[in-house]
Amino acid sequence: MNARIPATTVPVGQYQNPRPIHDFRGGIHPPQNKDQSTGRPIRRAPLPEQLVLPLNMHLGAPAKALVSAGDRVLKGQKIAEGNGAVSLPIHAPTSGTVMAVGERPIQHPSGLHAPCIVIAPDGEETWTELHPLTHWRECAPSMLVARIREAGIAGMGGAGFPAAVKLNLRDGQQIEELVINAVECEPYITADDMLMRERAEQIIAGIEKLQFLLQPKATLVGIEDNKPEAIKAMCAAAEGKSMDILVVPTKYPSGGEKQLIELLTGKEVPSGGIPAQVGVVCHNIGTAVAIHRAIEFGEPLISRITTLTGDAFTEPGNVEVLLGTPVQSLLDYAGATAERIGRLIMGGPMMGFAIHTPSVPIVKTTNCIIAASAAELPAPPPEQPCIRCGSCAEVCPANLLPQQLYWYSKTEDLERAQQYNLMDCIECGACAYVCPSNIPLVQYYRHAKGEVRQQVAEQQKADKARERFEARKARLEKEAAEKEARRKARLEASKQKKSAAPGVDLAALKKASLDASSAYKAAVKALKAAETEGADPDTVAQLRTDADNLKAKADGAKAAVRDAKAGGASVADTGADKVAELKKAVGEASSAYKAAVKDAKAAEEAGAENASELRSHADTLKAKADELKAQLRDAKASAPATAATAPASKPEKSAEQASSEAADRAKKMKALKTAFNMANKQWKEASASLERAERDGADDIDTLKKTVDKLRFKADKAKEALNVLVEEAKKNIEAASGSDLKTLKLEAGRAEAAVRAKEKELEDAKRSGDQENIDVIYRERDALRREATMAASSLQSAIDEQGLKED
Amino acid sequence: MAFITVTSPHTTQTGNHTGAFMRQVLYATVPGLAVLTWLFGFGTLINLLWAIPVALASEALVLKARGRDVRFFLADYSAVVTAVLLALAIPPTAPWWLTLVGVSFSIVVAKQIYGGLGMNPFNPAMVGYVLLLISFPVEMTRWIAPHEAPSLMESVQLFLGSTSADAFTGATPLDTFRTWAGDAEKLASQAILNGKLAGQGWDWVNLAFLVGGLYLVWRKIITWHIPVGVLAGLALTATPFWLYDPVRYGTPVFHLFSGAAMLGAFFIATDPVSAATSRLGRLIYGFLIGVLVWVIRSHGGYPDAMAFAVLLMNLSAPMIDYYTQPRTYGHKAAHRGASR
Amino acid sequence: MTTIVIAILALLALAAGFGALLGFASEKFKVEGDPIVDQIDALLPQTQCGQCGHPGCRPYAEAIAAGEEHNRCPPGGEQTVVDLSELLGREVLPLDAEEDADVGIKKVAYIREDECIGCTKCIQACPVDAILGAAKQMHTVIADECTGCDLCVEPCPVDCIDMLEVKPTLGTWIWDKPPGIGKKPDNLIPVVNVDPVEA
Ligand code: SF4
Ligand code: SF4
Repeated sequence: MNARIPATTVPVGQYQNPRPIHDFRGGIHPPQNKDQSTGRPIRRAPLPEQLVLPLNMHLGAPAKALVSAGDRVLKGQKIAEGNGAVSLPIHAPTSGTVMAVGERPIQHPSGLHAPCIVIAPDGEETWTELHPLTHWRECAPSMLVARIREAGIAGMGGAGFPAAVKLNLRDGQQIEELVINAVECEPYITADDMLMRERAEQIIAGIEKLQFLLQPKATLVGIEDNKPEAIKAMCAAAEGKSMDILVVPTKYPSGGEKQLIELLTGKEVPSGGIPAQVGVVCHNIGTAVAIHRAIEFGEPLISRITTLTGDAFTEPGNVEVLLGTPVQSLLDYAGATAERIGRLIMGGPMMGFAIHTPSVPIVKTTNCIIAASAAELPAPPPEQPCIRCGSCAEVCPANLLPQQLYWYSKTEDLERAQQYNLMDCIECGACAYVCPSNIPLVQYYRHAKGEVRQQVAEQQKADKARERFEARKARLEKEAAEKEARRKARLEASKQKKSAAPGVDLAALKKASLDASSAYKAAVKALKAAETEGADPDTVAQLRTDADNLKAKADGAKAAVRDAKAGGASVADTGADKVAELKKAVGEASSAYKAAVKDAKAAEEAGAENASELRSHADTLKAKADELKAQLRDAKASAPATAATAPASKPEKSAEQASSEAADRAKKMKALKTAFNMANKQWKEASASLERAERDGADDIDTLKKTVDKLRFKADKAKEALNVLVEEAKKNIEAASGSDLKTLKLEAGRAEAAVRAKEKELEDAKRSGDQENIDVIYRERDALRREATMAASSLQSAIDEQGLKED
Repeated sequence: MAFITVTSPHTTQTGNHTGAFMRQVLYATVPGLAVLTWLFGFGTLINLLWAIPVALASEALVLKARGRDVRFFLADYSAVVTAVLLALAIPPTAPWWLTLVGVSFSIVVAKQIYGGLGMNPFNPAMVGYVLLLISFPVEMTRWIAPHEAPSLMESVQLFLGSTSADAFTGATPLDTFRTWAGDAEKLASQAILNGKLAGQGWDWVNLAFLVGGLYLVWRKIITWHIPVGVLAGLALTATPFWLYDPVRYGTPVFHLFSGAAMLGAFFIATDPVSAATSRLGRLIYGFLIGVLVWVIRSHGGYPDAMAFAVLLMNLSAPMIDYYTQPRTYGHKAAHRGASR
Repeated sequence: MTTIVIAILALLALAAGFGALLGFASEKFKVEGDPIVDQIDALLPQTQCGQCGHPGCRPYAEAIAAGEEHNRCPPGGEQTVVDLSELLGREVLPLDAEEDADVGIKKVAYIREDECIGCTKCIQACPVDAILGAAKQMHTVIADECTGCDLCVEPCPVDCIDMLEVKPTLGTWIWDKPPGIGKKPDNLIPVVNVDPVEA
């Protein structure tokens, strides 16, 4: 496809488009005001004192600064890198020193500040090393795209979308039309016009590179018919190239991407979609030049053409200006003084935004600065009521109903506004331009769109908060449950201790400990008596050793008590408790059942109405009783087993520890005794319940019988184990005592004495009537008695066994 | 430095003002007013001149009561337009109090009570008209026979109510046709029905309003959709019935150029506030008004029907809007009647 | 007489027919909505501040569903009351908030970190676990997660938590709503920003 028109020879007025163009709906014809700035050729703006480079000059994530204050940078050096897929690097527009990286007012209607890199130029314009790609046709497209990205090229038309992103094609994606936007439909702006007039070859060279990258079936360059000179220049430059220059009628907003695509190809970009979805890619001519320079000369994007216009400028025109140049510097350069300026606009009069301060810098997207007096762009008159005249709907290029959007935006009915496709509004301002009631429609839409976005963000935040709140609640509940469980366990343990205290095991241990200590005390007393009486030193020594032995014994007993306390009662206790409890429940349940049956029978006999109800009640009760019985069975089955194993688990004898042997033995014996008692008791209980069951005619007699047998067996076993231990203990005593007959003799004698002393004490206590004391003394006396008996018997057996006879 | 930082667009069409918009409507009524005066005397003009101050005064009063900026809102000329349209619609023989009642009711009840300009669901002028028609049917149906216009003096007397209107009145073509419909002989003998296009004189009135209406379309004050809809609705309904029984039903041309057809199509049905808003919606809205006009004219109890038809359709305008949202750029289909 | 009977029969038949139809429709087209508590909860702002007297938004949603008044959520402001009224078909009540409560201003907690003693009291108070830190260590607020409920301010023993107003950023700034009919735009003479470069 060649440029079929020998453009240079055809006067623009009769220019024949090489292919038919379409139309888009709506649109307006505002006064052009373009002549003011086309009178002068493109000039170079002077180097300002400082350059301010916002980290977000483009659409997408802000760049990440690579330099910090004090760094020296060269012209074209990368000073910030892209941050993510939709982001771009920034390059130093000239050589100099980084003064600061910090917040400055930036190009934004809010007047907010944002992070910027501030560079003080040194005036030397020393370039960093550049890497031109003169043989770019031999390069891989992906490499060229990377180069374009690294050159920091954003769409120069207005939105500033990273150019490379639009050049990244999906695999197998076919681009039908490459649309080059040279329309420049906004009034006042002439940057593209002048670019075409003066640098058409560069544009064409850039378009060729885009063609190489995208391989489109057709390349369509759209230019508005109010730029005859530019059309001429472009046609001349495009001669022999495979692209169509299409002249479109002047109508705002034909330069809008979607509108231009519709105008040149007749296709509509789907709502919320991108042009590539309909096989179209659209680039601005400024972008084409930047791409050309980035590839051919390796130059990053560091300057752009900007129109300076508006009646406050004495020398309006177009300038090639370094990015980061503060607007103030341009105002000074083209003779606009502050007093004359009423409104300072960055961009065009239809879609640009008023800036708050002239220290805002020129960025990659700044195509125009309008410094207008209050006379040229007067303050808007107050809003009048919407008369629903529909003028706005007539001009809306997106075919919206602006009056409805206005209504819903005003009443903040965001749902309705979205239903009327608020989000499809391109904010072109055509509606507000024609509105007879001077309603700032676009501001309403911008506000409503912001609200919609805010609502979405808030919703997300609320959802997150809800999630976190719920997670926290769950966590707290879990913690509380755990705490509660721990507390319960503690409570249980202490209860068991308490229940164990009066129980056989601990009580016996305590008693043993008490006995031991009283024996020790008696021994000490005897020793003392012997000493005072001046007994022979041998005896005294003997008594002392005895006392020591007894002390050790007492200590051992105490330790045993402590252990028992710490270890809590054996599991058997719990089992027993549970069984007892269950038993009680079973008893209650079955008696309730019986009562219910009786009631039911009585009711039936009496022919009462509620007989069946009573019967069903009885049935329920029966079920309950059965269930409880089953539980009881289970509990019983498990309780004796533990009871039996508990003592079996600690039968080890520690013969070596002579000092604690007695205590150990005692402890073991007591434990076994307890186990036996327990088993015995359970057996008795089981038999009792068996009996009861037999009496009641319950249906689980067999099971109960079995349980009883089992328990009997357990009890027997425990008894056996106990007997074995007793035997063992006896043997031990014999072994121990056999070695020292004298000791045994003394012990026996002392035990007798102690018993006597205790008996005397008892008498005293009885006389004083101290009941508690009496009990204690009784127990102590009994212990002493047993001790005495034991001592006597061991003496006897020792004598017997060893064949020793008392003299 | 303090700059204006309002939102874009920073420039608007010169002369954007609701007042300017409304004034165009006023200019467009001039031809119609002129013809009415030529045919029926100064009655309409006198009533119109009386209606304007009444409208402004009642609007100012209510605005003041509602605590609004009176000057700001009076400058939108909407009250004047209402007054003028009502004055054009009522008979030239109307006495001053009739106008007073009609206009003040239009402004106070039909417009301001709903919240003022832009908020009224019904066309205020037509609400006033219907009120008068129902309350004072005699005064409201007394038209003057064309070319037998009273003199200026007589018109003033009529306006002041010091003269009986009976001396001047004659039936309108629509009235006459209603009376003799079905009787071919009688119809043929009625002079008033034998105008150039339709009823005598009334064809001129309608032509004049057509001219004014075309001016409005040209100035982009209104779009063609509603008037075309109304006229098409009227003509397309009239045609088959006329073909079926020309004695009982009037010709489409007769319908288009009698009574308030053109005034209604271009000036009344197009009141933007109470009309449908999308293009398709406006076509439908207009068309149904046309149909209703024919139905009421042919079968209703009143000779002309514009006011009733417009009010009825005002009622359905929101629903029409709801179902006629245009297809937005980039969307596959319009959100027609999409609910929440 | 027969006419009356016929009329009554016809009416009865009609009633039965329509009744059946309605019954069928209500079964067939039954809308399975969210339970009302979920719907209420969705309208509450999820600040979890407890100003309504409930430990969080969901408990309050449950209370509203159970009949409690729906105007006790200051962070939600009037709008929430209106939305809830609409949902519940109840009367729009005036917001039940303290006089000076700055309803609707978004805030975020900020811990002056060098004053923080690391007592963890604020961590326990935060309903959404938005405060990070451990005992004896400085704490900090995850601003994105903070709902601005200010429940952490009170427990701090050294008063080092401030509720700061959330300032708009480039990402969150939105255009003001125009001033409305008959009013001049108020940004005709803007407050001049103090320029840090010049200042
Ligand atoms: S142009 Fe203005 S007055 Fe007319 S309908 Fe649109 S918003 Fe309303
Ligand atoms: S600003 Fe939005 S609503 Fe207005 S004309 Fe442009 S696209 Fe349509």
